[in-house]
Amino acid sequence: MRVPKRTQWLAPAAMLLGFAAVEVVSAPAEIPLGERRSGYADLAPDTKAMQDDDTANPGMLWVQDGEALWNAKSGAANRACADCHNDARTTMTGVAARYPAFDSKLGRPIDLEQRINLCRAERQQAPAFAYESKELLSLSAFIGKQSRGEPITPPTDERLRPFLEAGLEQFNRRQGQLNLSCGQCHNDNWGKRLAGSLIPQAHPTGYPLYRLEWQAVGSLQRRLRNCIAGMRAEPYDYGAREFVSLELYLMWRARGLPIETPAVRP
Amino acid sequence: MASALINVPKKAKLGDVIEIKTLISHIMETGFRHSTTGVPIPRDIITSFVCTYNNEEIFRAVLYPAIAANPFFMFTTIATESGTIKFTWQGDNGFLATASASITVE
Repeated sequence: MRVPKRTQWLAPAAMLLGFAAVEVVSAPAEIPLGERRSGYADLAPDTKAMQDDDTANPGMLWVQDGEALWNAKSGAANRACADCHNDARTTMTGVAARYPAFDSKLGRPIDLEQRINLCRAERQQAPAFAYESKELLSLSAFIGKQSRGEPITPPTDERLRPFLEAGLEQFNRRQGQLNLSCGQCHNDNWGKRLAGSLIPQAHPTGYPLYRLEWQAVGSLQRRLRNCIAGMRAEPYDYGAREFVSLELYLMWRARGLPIETPAVRP
Repeated sequence: MASALINVPKKAKLGDVIEIKTLISHIMETGFRHSTTGVPIPRDIITSFVCTYNNEEIFRAVLYPAIAANPFFMFTTIATESGTIKFTWQGDNGFLATASASITVE
């Protein structure tokens, strides 16, 4: 097994986070920046066409519902998202491309779904949406869509470093009955096949996305739970800190790739 | 919340072949599945889709349980006159959704 040395990995991370960089060495197991590509590149032509056409992309149904939720007054404060944030088309551009981000009040990073629910609790005084509920997926798909085409730009926040490190550690840790790590498939063997399916590089460029297998839109955490169950390990609960760290690392790993939300995947 | 996405060209030349695309949100539960406790999940599908062009039926489809969630239809017709193209989806449990689009034919 190839285990990246933390010091080697930290060099580019330090550059990104604005620390004094000693030397720029990419970790041995990590995919070189120039070779990274979205799962879109490996889609069948039919699936690509489905994603590209907004009237054929079923994810747009969720985006449409999300737009209605954006403008709907909610909670004891009787306030809509739009009352503070105005037109999402301008105010939400690039937002999904920089989450998870550090929340100073909580002292840890939060992802976009948690941000939406924080806004609901604090500003709208409304109950949180459940994970994977139609409402939360719709709203995050709508917000995500405003960043379509924007490069993923993880925040350069020093406070994120321990969480980013934790995410990297999880990504490369062997787990489950099959004793596999994420990196063994997605760093070492991408492009090859696992049973009949192509192993992608696992860049979270299009979440929440429409998966044909699900026949619905699902979040990145739903996908990660699938992967973890596939390794026959016990998945974390929705919203677990471990998931947010992993999401943070995955976004850092995909930095620069354009957002595709809502993407379509098989 | 039943939502649909419709794609009909706003303008067309007389005699042109125009492409119409529709996508509707629906779970299309087959009726063949059981819940984790073994209770059968009742069928809940869209059973028919009809498209009319100035009240004249131009396309009809009958749907069955094997059709995936969020059915997508794409078909063509000839632009004969300006007017309204209407879409109606009907299904189990009294499901009824309508949508319409207008077209100008020059």
